Amino acid sequence: MLELAIPTLSQGLLWSILAIGVYITFRVLDIADLTVEGSFPLGAATAAKLLTEGYDPITSVFVACLAGMAAGIVTGILTTKLKIPALLAGILTMIALYSVNLRIMGKANLSLLRMDTIFTLAGFISDDPQNVALFVGIVSTAVLALLCYWFFGTEIGSAIRATGANPRMIRANGINTDNTIILGLLISNGLVSISGALIGQANGFADVGMGVGTIVIGLASVIIGEVLFGTRTFWRCLLSVVLGSIVYRVVIAIVLALGMPPNDLKLFTAILVALALSMPLIQAKFKAMRKAGE
Amino acid sequence: MLDISHISKTFNPGMITEKVALIDVSLHLAPGEFVTVIGGNGAGKSTLMNSIAGTFPVDKGTISIDDEDITDWPEHRRAKYIGRVFQDPMMGTAANMMIEENLEIASRRNRRPNLSWSSKKEDKEKFQSMLASLHLGLEDRLESKVGLLSGGQRQALTLLMATLADPKLLLLDEHTAALDPKTAAQVLKITTSIVAERHLTTLMITHNMRDALACGNRLIMMYGGKILIDVKDREKKKLTVKDLLLMFEKAAGSELGDDSLLLS
Ligand SMILES: Nc1ncnc2c1ncn2[C@@H]1O[C@H](COP(=O)(O)OP(=O)(O)O)[C@@H](O)[C@H]1O
Ligand SMILES: [Mg+2]
Repeated sequence: MLELAIPTLSQGLLWSILAIGVYITFRVLDIADLTVEGSFPLGAATAAKLLTEGYDPITSVFVACLAGMAAGIVTGILTTKLKIPALLAGILTMIALYSVNLRIMGKANLSLLRMDTIFTLAGFISDDPQNVALFVGIVSTAVLALLCYWFFGTEIGSAIRATGANPRMIRANGINTDNTIILGLLISNGLVSISGALIGQANGFADVGMGVGTIVIGLASVIIGEVLFGTRTFWRCLLSVVLGSIVYRVVIAIVLALGMPPNDLKLFTAILVALALSMPLIQAKFKAMRKAGE
Repeated sequence: MLDISHISKTFNPGMITEKVALIDVSLHLAPGEFVTVIGGNGAGKSTLMNSIAGTFPVDKGTISIDDEDITDWPEHRRAKYIGRVFQDPMMGTAANMMIEENLEIASRRNRRPNLSWSSKKEDKEKFQSMLASLHLGLEDRLESKVGLLSGGQRQALTLLMATLADPKLLLLDEHTAALDPKTAAQVLKITTSIVAERHLTTLMITHNMRDALACGNRLIMMYGGKILIDVKDREKKKLTVKDLLLMFEKAAGSELGDDSLLLS
C-alpha cells in the first residue's frame, strides 16, 4: 500500500491541473464545460505527436496548451456569439475534437516508448522515476496555480470572476461578458490540455479515448476539495482543488486495493459526484425532516 | 444631455405574446436634471430605462448622450456613461466577491481592465471614507463578501458603485421597492444626497408618489408605453398627490376615452 504513496501523489498533482481548469469553468464562470473531454486528449495527442517529430518536451507541452486554448475559444464563440447553450457548445467542440485528435496522431494511439519526455528531461533530480514524476507534478502544479492566482487577482481576472457571479452586474460596469466568457474558457482548456500532455507523457502514450470521464474526475476533485478544505478566499479555492485531486486519487487507490474491479472506476466516480452535487438538497431535506420531527 | 427621440419597443413582435411596451417616446434631459418617473405596472417605465441602458435594442428612434448617438452601442459600452441601480438588491453586486472587489470593478467602469493587480492600496482609504458616509457600518468590512450584507446595505453599495466612476447619467429602477420602509427611506436619503452633491443627471423610477413629488426637479408619468405627464421646477414643487391623480385621470381619460384607470 505504502509503496503506492508517491505515484498516487504525483498522479493527483498532474490531474490537479485538469481540476483547476474544471474549477475555472464550473465554479468561476458557472458553466459546465464538456470541451474538457476533448481538450484533455488534444493536449496529450499534440504533445505526443510533437515528441515523435523530435521536438523538445517543453515546446510540446507549450504547443499542447495553445491547442487547448484554441479549443476553448471555439466553445466560447459557439456559446457567446452564436448563442448555443454552453453545455451543448462544449459537447460540439468535444465531438469535433475526437476527429481532430485522430488527425493529429494519424491513428488512435501514439506510443511514447523510449522517447525523451518531460520526465526524462527532469531526470537529473533522481534516479528513481517515481521521484522524478513527483518533482514534475509539484513544479508544474505550483507554477500553474500561482499563475492562476495572479491572473484572477488582476483587473481582467476579477472581471472574469464577476462574470460568473453576476453577468448583469459586470455588464452594467462596462465589461463585455462575451469576451470574459471566451477568455475563461480559453484559460480553462489551456490548463486541461497541459494536464493531458503531462499525463500522456507520464503514462507513455496518448490515446484518442483518454478523455472519457475527465469532466467527472475534475468535478469530483473540485467538490471533494471544497468540502474538505474550504473556499474562503480564491487562493484557498485553488489549494482546495489541488488537494481534492490528490484525495480523489488516494480514494481510488484505496478502493482498487480493496478489490474493486478497475472497470467499475468510472461508475464509482460518477456516483460519487452525483452524491456530492445533490448534497445541498439532501441536507436541506434532512434538516426539514428533523424540524418536522421536533 | 440625454436625448431620446421617438423610440418604440415591442416585445415578441408577431407572436401571441406580443407586447407593445413603448410607443414613440421622446424625452430630453438637461444636464443636472433629476427626474422621477411614475406610472402603473406595465406602463413601460423599466422598458424606457432598459432602452437607455442598452439591455435590448429599440425598434425605432434614436438615443444620444451629450450629442453622441448611442442607439447602436451594446450595453457594456453604454455603461461608460451610465450608472445603474436595479430593483433587485442581488442584481447590482457580485455576492461571492468582497465589498472591495465590487468597488474596484465599479471604479474602472469607464476604462478597459488591464493586467495590474485589481486590489489597489491607494483606493482602500477612498473606499472606506465613501462607505463611512453611508452610515451603515460598512467602512470596516471591505473584505466581507457582499452576499453577507442586508438588502439595504447592498442597495446602498450598488448606489455607491453606480456613481463611483462619474457617470453622465444615473438610472434608478425602483431601487428602494424591495426594501422595508425604514431602509427604503434611508437609501432614498443617501440617493438624494449623492445626486445633489455630484449634480448627477438622474432618472429615478419609483412606485411611491410621495417620493416622486419630494425628490428631484422634474416628474414624468407614464401610461401604456407613453409619457402622459411631464412637469418640472416650480410647477412640480406645488404639486400634491391629489393633483397628480387628477392630472392622470384627465390625461389617461382623454388618451383612452375612459376614466376607470387607477394607479397601482
Ligand atoms: N423582456 C420582456 N419580454 C416581454 N415583454 C416584456 C419584457 N419586458 C417588459 N415587457 C412587457 O412590456 C410592458 C412594459 O413593461 P415594463 O417596462 O417592465 O413596465 P413597468 O412600467 O412596470 O416597469 C409590460 O406589459 C411587460 O409585460
Ligand atoms: Mg418596472
